[in-house]
Amino acid sequence: MTSTEKVAQIILLHPDDNILVCISHIHAGDLIDIDGQRLFMAKDIDIGHKLARRALNIGDKVYRYGAPIGSMTQAVACGEHVHMHNLRSDYIPSHTRTREPKDRSES
Amino acid sequence: MNSSISFQGYGRQDGRKGIRNLVVVAYLVECAHHVTRKIVTLCDHMDVHLIGFPGCYPNQYAYDMLRAISTHPNVGGALLVSLGCESMNRDKLLKDIRDSGRPAELLVIQEAGGTKATIAAGVAAVIRIQAEADKTVRVPMALNELIVGTICGGSDGTSGITANPAVGRCFDALVAADAACIFEETGELIGCETIMADRAVTPELGAKIEACVEKAERYYRIMGYGSFAPGNADGGLTTLEEKSMGAYSKSGSSPISGLLKPGDIPPTGGLYLLDVVPDGEPRFGFPNISDNAEIIELIACGSHVILFTTGRGSVVGSAISPVIKVCANPETYRRLREDMDVNAGRILEGKATLDEVGEEILQNIIDVASGKRSVSEELGHQEFILTYKSFEPIGPGCLPIRQIA
Repeated sequence: MTSTEKVAQIILLHPDDNILVCISHIHAGDLIDIDGQRLFMAKDIDIGHKLARRALNIGDKVYRYGAPIGSMTQAVACGEHVHMHNLRSDYIPSHTRTREPKDRSES
Repeated sequence: MNSSISFQGYGRQDGRKGIRNLVVVAYLVECAHHVTRKIVTLCDHMDVHLIGFPGCYPNQYAYDMLRAISTHPNVGGALLVSLGCESMNRDKLLKDIRDSGRPAELLVIQEAGGTKATIAAGVAAVIRIQAEADKTVRVPMALNELIVGTICGGSDGTSGITANPAVGRCFDALVAADAACIFEETGELIGCETIMADRAVTPELGAKIEACVEKAERYYRIMGYGSFAPGNADGGLTTLEEKSMGAYSKSGSSPISGLLKPGDIPPTGGLYLLDVVPDGEPRFGFPNISDNAEIIELIACGSHVILFTTGRGSVVGSAISPVIKVCANPETYRRLREDMDVNAGRILEGKATLDEVGEEILQNIIDVASGKRSVSEELGHQEFILTYKSFEPIGPGCLPIRQIA
């Protein structure tokens, strides 16, 4: 490693968390460090978005602030983006401008 | 701590003190809205605010809200504008406001000669009311006489890391100084009910808090949508409970002293939760159709100042009480800095700590209470929304401190 290598900024909010939060925009190709494991990002990630801290399976609870924030609907590898496409609420489904909440339960 | 901080307030007959001395001009049905807006526009004064209720059918909640807002300590007088045939009990509202020691007048468009005549009469009335309100006595006001409400709007994945916990630090300092702090939106606390109940000052209050979040969840399920906007997802939030956990951190770490409903005034200093979800079977649609509906309920509970945290970037202010905007996301702050009072995004860039931003928010509250205009206030934001709702009065056990006192 040289000092010119860019390590993107991601933070762990609670020791029990299995996701990390991106605190500045990550560009595809950026190097990230997850608990000492160094990975190159495959795609851009915006500030405030989440990355898997370890491999997660379907049905795994996701923890942020040390509290459960939903369950995985798809398996992901360490460092992958965790969002609407692979995480759902255990309470009321979320909606977007193009997706009605009922569609979530079908996915 | 902070016990020596004081500023000049406006003394009201009921013993409460305000940090502004506004005149409210209220339409009592949508049919009187245009005339009322014209009166406010022609007055062209930062401290003449437009409020009102659009409905023609009677609603106790709407009446109670208009009364609470028109007799809020930041209000020095009121002009009511009625079309003439709506259900709102205008005579009782006028009497309630006058009984509070405030100058108040009523114009009925059907009796005053229509649009032009009512506008002219309204402008003259506001000038009279303002002259009367200007005689309000100035009194020293201390931090422990302040009520501060908080809301988040346009939350994103940074809100729960920066602005919300910074407001929590500020709330902890205010509660330590014996001020009253109110947090709200039980529909955005779904998922936090058990940890929140553990902070209640009595087990009975804890059970009430859990029950009110259950009520919110049921209500939102029937509505078909959680309190989660598309922009929340754009900003990295995925689920309602994730948004909730971030929102919850605005409450800080003080014990929860009571559970309020819109219009209930905190009886002492301390931290209070405001239940904004209607009681009974869902009848009138979404509990709060947008952020300003919640802000005005915080104000109806006596909030002098509102702390509004935003990640995606909201520009709103409010009628009646100044709104202080705390921006969570440093990228949003760069885009919308002219709309923000505090840049909590600095925390993510390692340029400030949560404690430092918490102190900065507290200083903003003191400055605004001392007369400085908040950014949204200076920009002329005076948003106001009041819709149909129904509530049962708060039950025994919701305000244990009042029972002890």
